[in-house]
Amino acid sequence: MTNPLIGVLALQGDVREHLIALAAADAVARPVRRPEELAEVDALVIPGGESTTMSKLAVLFGMLEPLRERVKAGMPVYGTCAGMIMLADKLLDGRDDQETLGGIDMIVRRNAFGRQNESFEAKIDFAGIEGGPVEGVFIRAPWVESVGAAAEVLATYEGHTVAVRQGNVLATSFHPELTGDDRVHAYFVDMVRAGL
Amino acid sequence: MSTLPSTPQSAESAIGTSRVKRGMAEQLKGGVIMDVVNAEQAKIAEDAGAVAVMALERVPADIRKDGGVARMSDPNMIEEIIEAVSIPVMAKSRIGHFVEAQVLQSLGVDYIDESEVLTPADEVNHSDKWAFTTPFVCGATNLGEALRRIAEGAAMIRSKGEAGTGNVVEAVRHLRQIKNEIAKLRGFDNNELYAAAKELRAPYELVKEVAELGKLPVVLFSAGGVATPADAALMRQLGAEGVFVGSGIFKSGDPAKRAAAIVKATTFYDDPKIIADASRNLGEAMVGINCDTLPEAERYANRGW
Repeated sequence: MTNPLIGVLALQGDVREHLIALAAADAVARPVRRPEELAEVDALVIPGGESTTMSKLAVLFGMLEPLRERVKAGMPVYGTCAGMIMLADKLLDGRDDQETLGGIDMIVRRNAFGRQNESFEAKIDFAGIEGGPVEGVFIRAPWVESVGAAAEVLATYEGHTVAVRQGNVLATSFHPELTGDDRVHAYFVDMVRAGL
Repeated sequence: MSTLPSTPQSAESAIGTSRVKRGMAEQLKGGVIMDVVNAEQAKIAEDAGAVAVMALERVPADIRKDGGVARMSDPNMIEEIIEAVSIPVMAKSRIGHFVEAQVLQSLGVDYIDESEVLTPADEVNHSDKWAFTTPFVCGATNLGEALRRIAEGAAMIRSKGEAGTGNVVEAVRHLRQIKNEIAKLRGFDNNELYAAAKELRAPYELVKEVAELGKLPVVLFSAGGVATPADAALMRQLGAEGVFVGSGIFKSGDPAKRAAAIVKATTFYDDPKIIADASRNLGEAMVGINCDTLPEAERYANRGW
Protein backbone atom coordinates (compact mmCIF):
# COMPACT_ATOMS: atom_id res chain seq x y z
CA MET A 1 0.00 0.00 0.00
CA THR A 2 1.52 3.31 -1.03
CA ASN A 3 1.22 6.37 1.13
CA PRO A 4 -0.67 9.14 -0.64
CA LEU A 5 0.97 12.53 -1.28
CA ILE A 6 -1.16 15.16 0.45
CA GLY A 7 -0.58 18.90 0.18
CA VAL A 8 -1.40 21.47 2.83
CA LEU A 9 -2.41 24.85 1.41
CA ALA A 10 0.27 27.12 2.84
CA LEU A 11 -0.91 30.64 2.04
CA GLN A 12 -1.40 31.30 5.74
CA GLY A 13 -2.59 29.41 8.85
CA ASP A 14 -1.55 26.44 10.99
CA VAL A 15 0.13 24.51 8.17
CA ARG A 16 2.82 22.89 10.31
CA GLU A 17 0.33 21.18 12.62
CA HIS A 18 -1.48 19.61 9.64
CA LEU A 19 1.80 18.40 8.12
CA ILE A 20 2.62 16.68 11.42
CA ALA A 21 -0.86 15.15 11.79
CA LEU A 22 -0.85 13.86 8.20
CA ALA A 23 2.58 12.31 8.63
CA ALA A 24 1.34 10.60 11.80
CA ALA A 25 -1.56 9.23 9.74
CA ASP A 26 0.87 7.65 7.24
CA ALA A 27 0.59 10.19 4.44
CA VAL A 28 3.45 12.00 2.75
CA ALA A 29 2.67 15.65 3.40
CA ARG A 30 4.07 18.86 1.96
CA PRO A 31 3.14 22.55 1.82
CA VAL A 32 1.48 23.88 -1.37
CA ARG A 33 1.64 27.56 -2.33
CA ARG A 34 1.88 27.52 -6.14
CA PRO A 35 -0.27 26.03 -8.94
CA GLU A 36 2.58 23.72 -10.02
CA GLU A 37 2.85 22.37 -6.46
CA LEU A 38 -0.91 21.79 -6.39
CA ALA A 39 -0.70 19.79 -9.61
CA GLU A 40 1.64 17.25 -7.99
CA VAL A 41 -0.45 16.22 -4.97
CA ASP A 42 -3.11 13.48 -4.70
CA ALA A 43 -5.17 15.41 -2.18
CA LEU A 44 -5.22 18.67 -0.23
CA VAL A 45 -5.81 19.92 3.30
CA ILE A 46 -6.96 23.51 3.73
CA PRO A 47 -5.79 24.52 7.21
CA GLY A 48 -7.27 26.75 9.84
CA GLY A 49 -6.41 30.41 9.51
CA GLU A 50 -8.29 33.58 8.67
CA SER A 51 -10.79 32.74 5.94
CA THR A 52 -11.03 36.28 4.53
CA THR A 53 -7.23 36.56 4.37
CA MET A 54 -6.89 33.10 2.84
CA SER A 55 -9.50 33.87 0.20
CA LYS A 56 -7.80 37.16 -0.62
CA LEU A 57 -4.34 35.57 -0.89
CA ALA A 58 -5.72 32.77 -3.10
CA VAL A 59 -6.98 35.42 -5.53
CA LEU A 60 -3.86 37.62 -5.33
CA PHE A 61 -1.46 34.71 -5.84
CA GLY A 62 -3.36 33.03 -8.69
CA MET A 63 -4.39 29.95 -6.70
CA LEU A 64 -8.18 30.36 -6.70
CA GLU A 65 -8.94 28.97 -10.18
CA PRO A 66 -6.43 26.08 -10.01
CA LEU A 67 -7.93 25.12 -6.64
CA ARG A 68 -11.48 25.32 -7.97
CA GLU A 69 -10.55 23.17 -10.96
CA ARG A 70 -8.94 20.45 -8.84
CA VAL A 71 -11.87 20.36 -6.40
CA LYS A 72 -14.30 20.19 -9.34
CA ALA A 73 -12.27 17.37 -10.89
CA GLY A 74 -12.75 15.31 -7.73
CA MET A 75 -9.51 15.76 -5.78
CA PRO A 76 -10.05 14.73 -2.14
CA VAL A 77 -9.97 17.80 0.12
CA TYR A 78 -10.24 18.30 3.88
CA GLY A 79 -10.86 21.76 5.32
CA THR A 80 -10.69 22.79 9.00
CA CYS A 81 -12.36 25.97 10.23
CA ALA A 82 -11.26 28.55 7.62
CA GLY A 83 -10.85 25.51 5.34
CA MET A 84 -14.50 24.56 5.93
CA ILE A 85 -15.50 28.07 4.90
CA MET A 86 -13.43 27.73 1.70
CA LEU A 87 -15.28 24.50 0.83
CA ALA A 88 -18.79 25.93 1.27
CA ASP A 89 -20.96 26.50 -1.78
CA LYS A 90 -22.55 29.41 0.06
CA LEU A 91 -21.40 31.66 2.91
CA LEU A 92 -23.17 33.81 5.53
CA ASP A 93 -21.53 36.66 7.50
CA GLY A 94 -18.46 36.71 5.25
CA ARG A 95 -17.06 39.72 3.43
CA ASP A 96 -19.01 40.63 0.29
CA ASP A 97 -15.99 39.96 -1.91
CA GLN A 98 -15.02 36.74 -0.14
CA GLU A 99 -14.42 33.86 -2.56
CA THR A 100 -14.94 30.18 -1.78
CA LEU A 101 -13.95 27.09 -3.73
CA GLY A 102 -17.20 25.23 -3.16
CA GLY A 103 -17.20 21.45 -3.07
CA ILE A 104 -19.87 20.76 -0.47
CA ASP A 105 -23.51 21.70 -0.96
CA MET A 106 -23.80 23.58 2.33
CA ILE A 107 -24.36 27.02 3.76
CA VAL A 108 -21.70 27.95 6.32
CA ARG A 109 -22.00 30.78 8.82
CA ARG A 110 -18.68 32.45 9.57
CA ASN A 111 -17.67 33.11 13.24
CA ALA A 112 -21.02 31.54 14.16
CA PHE A 113 -19.84 30.46 17.63
CA GLY A 114 -18.59 33.99 18.34
CA ARG A 115 -15.29 35.86 18.52
CA GLN A 116 -12.13 34.80 20.34
CA ASN A 117 -13.58 35.26 23.85
CA GLU A 118 -16.34 32.74 23.03
CA SER A 119 -13.89 30.21 21.56
CA PHE A 120 -13.97 26.85 23.37
CA GLU A 121 -13.13 23.17 23.36
CA ALA A 122 -15.56 20.29 23.71
CA LYS A 123 -15.78 16.53 23.12
CA ILE A 124 -17.41 15.67 19.79
CA ASP A 125 -18.93 12.36 18.68
CA PHE A 126 -17.80 11.78 15.10
CA ALA A 127 -19.64 9.26 12.90
CA GLY A 128 -17.18 6.81 11.37
CA ILE A 129 -14.44 7.40 13.93
CA GLU A 130 -14.04 4.78 16.65
CA GLY A 131 -12.47 4.96 20.10
CA GLY A 132 -14.64 7.61 21.71
CA PRO A 133 -15.32 11.28 20.97
CA VAL A 134 -12.67 13.51 19.37
CA GLU A 135 -11.55 16.70 21.09
CA GLY A 136 -12.93 19.69 19.25
CA VAL A 137 -11.03 22.97 19.50
CA PHE A 138 -13.30 25.74 18.17
CA ILE A 139 -11.60 29.09 17.46
CA ARG A 140 -13.76 31.90 16.06
CA ALA A 141 -15.39 28.89 14.47
CA PRO A 142 -18.05 28.62 11.77
CA TRP A 143 -20.98 26.19 11.79
CA VAL A 144 -22.97 24.63 8.99
CA GLU A 145 -26.34 26.30 8.74
CA SER A 146 -27.81 23.75 6.32
CA VAL A 147 -26.69 20.98 3.97
CA GLY A 148 -28.03 19.63 0.67
CA ALA A 149 -29.14 16.05 0.10
CA ALA A 150 -25.74 14.89 -1.17
CA ALA A 151 -23.91 15.93 2.00
CA GLU A 152 -23.63 13.73 5.08
CA VAL A 153 -23.52 15.22 8.58
CA LEU A 154 -20.79 13.50 10.64
CA ALA A 155 -20.88 15.51 13.87
CA THR A 156 -22.97 18.11 15.66
CA TYR A 157 -22.46 20.27 18.73
CA GLU A 158 -25.46 21.67 20.60
CA GLY A 159 -27.63 21.12 17.54
CA HIS A 160 -25.22 22.75 15.09
CA THR A 161 -23.51 20.78 12.36
CA VAL A 162 -19.72 20.87 12.82
CA ALA A 163 -18.48 18.07 10.52
CA VAL A 164 -19.67 17.26 6.99
CA ARG A 165 -18.67 15.01 4.13
CA GLN A 166 -19.76 15.02 0.52
CA GLY A 167 -18.06 12.40 -1.62
CA ASN A 168 -14.34 13.18 -1.57
CA VAL A 169 -14.67 16.41 0.38
CA LEU A 170 -14.53 16.62 4.20
CA ALA A 171 -14.91 19.68 6.44
CA THR A 172 -14.85 20.34 10.20
CA SER A 173 -15.58 23.56 12.14
CA PHE A 174 -12.94 22.58 14.67
CA HIS A 175 -9.19 21.94 14.67
CA PRO A 176 -8.14 18.29 15.25
CA GLU A 177 -4.61 19.30 14.22
CA LEU A 178 -4.19 21.17 17.52
CA THR A 179 -4.91 18.18 19.77
CA GLY A 180 -2.37 15.47 18.93
CA ASP A 181 -5.32 13.13 18.17
CA ASP A 182 -4.78 12.09 14.54
CA ARG A 183 -7.99 10.10 14.02
CA VAL A 184 -9.73 12.69 11.82
CA HIS A 185 -6.61 12.97 9.65
CA ALA A 186 -6.44 9.15 9.48
CA TYR A 187 -10.12 9.15 8.41
CA PHE A 188 -9.21 11.58 5.60
CA VAL A 189 -6.12 9.62 4.56
CA ASP A 190 -8.36 6.52 4.29
CA MET A 191 -10.74 8.50 2.07
CA VAL A 192 -7.81 9.45 -0.17
CA ARG A 193 -6.53 5.84 -0.30
CA ALA A 194 -9.97 4.55 -1.24
CA GLY A 195 -9.97 6.83 -4.29
CA LEU A 196 -6.43 6.10 -5.52
CA MET B 1 2.13 21.30 34.02
CA SER B 2 2.99 24.84 35.01
CA THR B 3 1.99 26.36 31.69
CA LEU B 4 -1.64 25.29 31.98
CA PRO B 5 -4.10 27.87 33.25
CA SER B 6 -6.70 27.71 35.96
CA THR B 7 -9.79 28.47 33.91
CA PRO B 8 -13.41 27.60 34.56
CA GLN B 9 -14.16 24.18 33.10
CA SER B 10 -17.27 22.09 32.69
CA ALA B 11 -17.54 18.52 31.54
CA GLU B 12 -19.23 19.70 28.34
CA SER B 13 -17.06 22.56 27.13
CA ALA B 14 -14.49 25.07 28.29
CA ILE B 15 -13.68 28.60 27.13
CA GLY B 16 -10.41 30.47 27.59
CA THR B 17 -8.28 27.32 27.84
CA SER B 18 -4.61 27.37 27.04
CA ARG B 19 -5.28 25.36 23.90
CA VAL B 20 -7.92 27.79 22.67
CA LYS B 21 -5.74 30.84 23.43
CA ARG B 22 -2.58 29.44 21.88
CA GLY B 23 -4.56 27.90 19.02
CA MET B 24 -5.79 31.33 17.99
CA ALA B 25 -2.20 32.46 17.37
CA GLU B 26 -1.54 29.27 15.39
CA GLN B 27 -4.24 30.43 12.97
CA LEU B 28 -2.37 33.70 12.35
CA LYS B 29 0.86 32.00 11.28
CA GLY B 30 2.43 32.99 8.00
CA GLY B 31 0.54 36.27 8.18
CA VAL B 32 1.12 39.98 8.69
CA ILE B 33 -0.45 41.90 11.59
CA MET B 34 -0.67 45.63 10.90
CA ASP B 35 -0.89 48.63 13.24
CA VAL B 36 -3.89 50.84 12.44
CA VAL B 37 -5.22 53.99 14.10
CA ASN B 38 -8.70 54.20 12.54
CA ALA B 39 -11.35 52.19 10.69
CA GLU B 40 -10.20 53.44 7.29
CA GLN B 41 -6.65 52.17 7.82
CA ALA B 42 -8.05 48.90 9.18
CA LYS B 43 -9.93 48.37 5.91
CA ILE B 44 -6.82 49.13 3.86
CA ALA B 45 -4.92 46.56 5.95
CA GLU B 46 -7.65 43.94 5.51
CA ASP B 47 -7.82 44.57 1.75
CA ALA B 48 -4.06 44.13 1.52
CA GLY B 49 -4.32 40.67 3.08
CA ALA B 50 -3.43 41.37 6.73
CA VAL B 51 -4.28 38.46 8.98
CA ALA B 52 -5.19 40.73 11.91
CA VAL B 53 -4.96 44.40 12.86
CA MET B 54 -3.57 46.08 15.97
CA ALA B 55 -5.76 49.01 17.03
CA LEU B 56 -3.82 51.85 18.62
CA GLU B 57 -4.09 55.62 18.93
CA ARG B 58 -0.67 56.49 17.58
CA VAL B 59 1.78 54.30 15.71
CA PRO B 60 5.17 53.95 17.44
CA ALA B 61 6.85 56.52 15.17
CA ASP B 62 4.34 59.14 16.34
CA ILE B 63 4.66 58.09 19.98
CA ARG B 64 8.39 58.76 19.61
CA LYS B 65 7.76 62.14 17.99
CA ASP B 66 5.03 63.33 20.38
CA GLY B 67 6.49 62.08 23.65
CA GLY B 68 4.31 62.08 26.78
CA VAL B 69 2.51 59.11 28.29
CA ALA B 70 1.20 56.56 25.76
CA ARG B 71 -1.91 54.68 26.96
CA MET B 72 -4.60 52.24 25.86
CA SER B 73 -6.70 53.57 22.97
CA ASP B 74 -10.16 55.14 23.13
CA PRO B 75 -12.80 52.35 23.33
CA ASN B 76 -14.82 54.11 20.60
CA MET B 77 -11.94 53.85 18.17
CA ILE B 78 -11.42 50.18 19.00
CA GLU B 79 -15.14 49.43 18.51
CA GLU B 80 -15.17 51.26 15.18
CA ILE B 81 -12.28 49.10 14.01
CA ILE B 82 -13.98 45.91 15.25
CA GLU B 83 -17.07 46.97 13.26
CA ALA B 84 -15.08 47.83 10.14
CA VAL B 85 -13.20 44.57 9.57
CA SER B 86 -13.91 40.86 9.82
CA ILE B 87 -10.33 39.80 10.61
CA PRO B 88 -9.27 39.60 14.30
CA VAL B 89 -8.61 42.86 16.14
CA MET B 90 -5.82 43.19 18.71
CA ALA B 91 -5.25 46.15 21.02
CA LYS B 92 -2.47 47.27 23.38
CA SER B 93 -2.46 47.65 27.15
CA ARG B 94 0.39 49.11 29.18
CA ILE B 95 2.75 46.65 30.89
CA GLY B 96 1.27 45.74 34.28
CA HIS B 97 -1.92 47.75 33.65
CA PHE B 98 -4.37 44.91 34.19
CA VAL B 99 -7.32 47.31 34.31
CA GLU B 100 -6.65 48.47 30.76
CA ALA B 101 -6.52 44.78 29.87
CA GLN B 102 -9.87 44.19 31.61
CA VAL B 103 -11.35 47.04 29.57
CA LEU B 104 -10.00 45.61 26.32
CA GLN B 105 -11.43 42.19 27.19
CA SER B 106 -14.83 43.75 27.90
CA LEU B 107 -14.73 45.43 24.47
CA GLY B 108 -14.35 42.00 22.87
CA VAL B 109 -10.92 42.39 21.26
CA ASP B 110 -9.47 39.09 20.02
CA TYR B 111 -5.97 39.52 21.46
CA ILE B 112 -4.36 41.89 24.00
CA ASP B 113 -0.79 43.08 23.42
CA GLU B 114 0.86 43.93 26.75
CA SER B 115 3.20 46.29 25.00
CA GLU B 116 6.44 48.07 25.81
CA VAL B 117 5.54 50.63 23.10
CA LEU B 118 3.07 52.15 25.57
CA THR B 119 4.43 53.73 28.75
CA PRO B 120 4.74 50.98 31.40
CA ALA B 121 2.30 51.23 34.33
CA ASP B 122 4.25 48.92 36.66
CA GLU B 123 8.03 48.75 36.77
CA VAL B 124 8.14 45.40 38.59
CA ASN B 125 5.16 43.28 37.55
CA HIS B 126 3.52 42.31 34.30
CA SER B 127 -0.22 41.48 34.26
CA ASP B 128 -1.40 38.04 35.40
CA LYS B 129 -2.60 36.86 32.01
CA TRP B 130 -4.11 33.58 33.30
CA ALA B 131 -6.87 35.70 34.83
CA PHE B 132 -8.26 36.55 31.35
CA THR B 133 -10.19 34.62 28.71
CA THR B 134 -8.77 36.94 26.03
CA PRO B 135 -5.32 35.69 25.00
CA PHE B 136 -2.22 37.89 25.33
CA VAL B 137 0.80 38.53 23.14
CA CYS B 138 3.94 39.93 24.82
CA GLY B 139 7.30 41.13 23.55
CA ALA B 140 10.66 39.57 24.37
CA THR B 141 14.30 40.34 23.58
CA ASN B 142 15.62 36.98 24.77
CA LEU B 143 14.51 33.49 25.81
CA GLY B 144 14.31 34.20 29.55
CA GLU B 145 12.03 37.16 28.95
CA ALA B 146 9.85 35.10 26.59
CA LEU B 147 9.50 32.26 29.12
CA ARG B 148 8.69 34.64 31.99
CA ARG B 149 5.86 36.07 29.88
CA ILE B 150 4.62 32.57 29.00
CA ALA B 151 4.73 31.63 32.69
CA GLU B 152 2.51 34.66 33.34
CA GLY B 153 0.07 33.33 30.74
CA ALA B 154 1.10 34.87 27.39
CA ALA B 155 -0.27 32.75 24.52
CA MET B 156 1.95 34.28 21.83
CA ILE B 157 5.40 35.94 21.81
CA ARG B 158 6.77 38.58 19.49
CA SER B 159 10.38 39.61 19.40
CA LYS B 160 10.56 43.29 20.33
CA GLY B 161 12.80 44.99 17.83
CA GLU B 162 12.90 48.75 18.22
CA ALA B 163 9.40 49.95 17.31
CA GLY B 164 8.92 53.13 15.33
CA THR B 165 12.44 53.27 13.92
CA GLY B 166 11.97 51.57 10.55
CA ASN B 167 15.28 49.88 11.36
CA VAL B 168 15.23 46.09 11.41
CA VAL B 169 18.54 45.61 13.21
CA GLU B 170 17.07 45.17 16.71
CA ALA B 171 14.38 42.76 15.48
CA VAL B 172 17.11 40.62 13.95
CA ARG B 173 19.16 40.77 17.15
CA HIS B 174 16.24 39.69 19.36
CA LEU B 175 15.02 36.89 17.12
CA ARG B 176 18.53 35.49 16.70
CA GLN B 177 19.03 35.71 20.45
CA ILE B 178 15.84 33.72 21.18
CA LYS B 179 16.58 31.11 18.49
CA ASN B 180 20.21 30.70 19.63
CA GLU B 181 19.24 30.25 23.25
CA ILE B 182 16.68 27.60 22.26
CA ALA B 183 19.30 25.80 20.16
CA LYS B 184 21.69 25.77 23.12
CA LEU B 185 19.06 24.23 25.41
CA ARG B 186 18.61 21.38 22.93
CA GLY B 187 22.08 20.12 23.80
CA PHE B 188 21.61 20.23 27.58
CA ASP B 189 21.00 17.20 29.77
CA ASN B 190 18.66 17.23 32.76
CA ASN B 191 21.38 18.28 35.21
CA GLU B 192 22.18 21.33 33.11
CA LEU B 193 18.55 22.34 32.58
CA TYR B 194 18.11 23.24 36.28
CA ALA B 195 21.03 25.65 36.08
CA ALA B 196 19.74 27.01 32.77
CA ALA B 197 16.34 27.67 34.35
CA LYS B 198 18.04 29.60 37.15
CA GLU B 199 20.03 31.63 34.69
CA LEU B 200 16.99 32.30 32.49
CA ARG B 201 14.91 33.20 35.58
CA ALA B 202 12.17 30.97 34.17
CA PRO B 203 10.28 27.93 35.51
CA TYR B 204 12.18 24.65 35.12
CA GLU B 205 9.16 22.86 33.54
CA LEU B 206 8.96 25.48 30.79
CA VAL B 207 12.71 25.36 30.14
CA LYS B 208 12.51 21.57 29.88
CA GLU B 209 9.53 21.82 27.52
CA VAL B 210 11.44 24.19 25.21
CA ALA B 211 14.49 21.92 25.28
CA GLU B 212 12.32 18.98 24.19
CA LEU B 213 10.25 20.83 21.57
CA GLY B 214 13.15 22.81 20.15
CA LYS B 215 10.80 25.78 19.98
CA LEU B 216 8.64 27.92 22.24
CA PRO B 217 5.38 26.24 23.29
CA VAL B 218 3.56 29.24 21.75
CA VAL B 219 3.75 30.99 18.37
CA LEU B 220 6.71 33.35 17.82
CA PHE B 221 6.28 36.40 15.57
CA SER B 222 8.71 39.21 14.82
CA ALA B 223 8.03 42.90 15.45
CA GLY B 224 9.67 46.28 15.58
CA GLY B 225 11.42 47.85 12.62
CA VAL B 226 10.01 45.99 9.59
CA ALA B 227 9.65 48.58 6.80
CA THR B 228 10.13 46.70 3.50
CA PRO B 229 9.08 43.39 1.91
CA ALA B 230 12.66 42.15 2.21
CA ASP B 231 12.68 43.01 5.94
CA ALA B 232 9.58 40.85 6.43
CA ALA B 233 11.05 37.95 4.44
CA LEU B 234 14.30 38.24 6.40
CA MET B 235 12.46 37.80 9.70
CA ARG B 236 10.59 34.79 8.31
CA GLN B 237 13.80 33.17 7.07
CA LEU B 238 15.34 33.75 10.51
CA GLY B 239 12.49 31.71 12.00
CA ALA B 240 9.66 34.13 12.81
CA GLU B 241 6.28 32.49 12.17
CA GLY B 242 4.80 35.80 11.01
CA VAL B 243 5.41 39.54 11.33
CA PHE B 244 3.93 42.59 12.99
CA VAL B 245 4.32 45.80 11.01
CA GLY B 246 3.76 49.10 12.77
CA SER B 247 4.82 52.50 11.52
CA GLY B 248 6.36 50.92 8.40
CA ILE B 249 3.09 50.89 6.45
CA PHE B 250 1.08 53.99 7.28
CA LYS B 251 4.20 56.16 7.56
CA SER B 252 5.24 55.30 4.00
CA GLY B 253 4.37 56.96 0.69
CA ASP B 254 1.79 54.42 -0.56
CA PRO B 255 0.42 52.38 2.38
CA ALA B 256 -1.98 50.12 0.40
CA LYS B 257 0.71 49.10 -2.06
CA ARG B 258 3.39 48.61 0.58
CA ALA B 259 1.02 46.62 2.79
CA ALA B 260 0.16 44.21 -0.05
CA ALA B 261 3.85 43.89 -0.97
CA ILE B 262 4.82 43.03 2.61
CA VAL B 263 2.05 40.40 2.75
CA LYS B 264 3.31 38.83 -0.48
CA ALA B 265 6.92 38.76 0.69
CA THR B 266 5.83 37.21 3.99
CA THR B 267 4.01 34.37 2.21
CA PHE B 268 6.78 33.74 -0.33
CA TYR B 269 9.61 34.58 2.08
CA ASP B 270 11.95 32.00 0.55
CA ASP B 271 11.50 33.11 -3.09
CA PRO B 272 13.86 36.02 -3.97
CA LYS B 273 12.23 36.57 -7.39
CA ILE B 274 8.81 37.17 -5.85
CA ILE B 275 10.34 39.40 -3.15
CA ALA B 276 12.13 41.38 -5.87
CA ASP B 277 8.85 41.91 -7.72
CA ALA B 278 7.04 42.86 -4.53
CA SER B 279 9.78 45.42 -3.76
CA ARG B 280 9.40 47.37 -7.04
CA ASN B 281 7.99 50.92 -7.19
CA LEU B 282 6.67 51.08 -3.66
CA GLY B 283 7.33 54.80 -3.34
CA GLU B 284 8.94 56.29 -0.30
CA ALA B 285 9.69 54.02 2.67
CA MET B 286 9.27 55.41 6.16
CA VAL B 287 12.22 57.54 7.22
CA GLY B 288 14.28 55.33 9.47
CA ILE B 289 16.11 56.05 12.70
CA ASN B 290 19.58 54.67 13.34
CA CYS B 291 19.20 52.79 16.62
CA ASP B 292 22.74 53.74 17.70
CA THR B 293 21.64 57.36 18.01
CA LEU B 294 18.66 56.56 20.24
CA PRO B 295 19.14 57.69 23.84
CA GLU B 296 18.70 54.91 26.40
CA ALA B 297 15.42 56.39 27.69
CA GLU B 298 13.88 56.20 24.20
CA ARG B 299 14.59 52.49 23.69
CA TYR B 300 11.26 50.73 24.08
CA ALA B 301 12.83 47.25 23.93
CA ASN B 302 14.41 47.86 27.34
CA ARG B 303 10.96 48.11 28.90
CA GLY B 304 9.80 44.77 30.32
CA TRP B 305 11.91 42.70 32.69
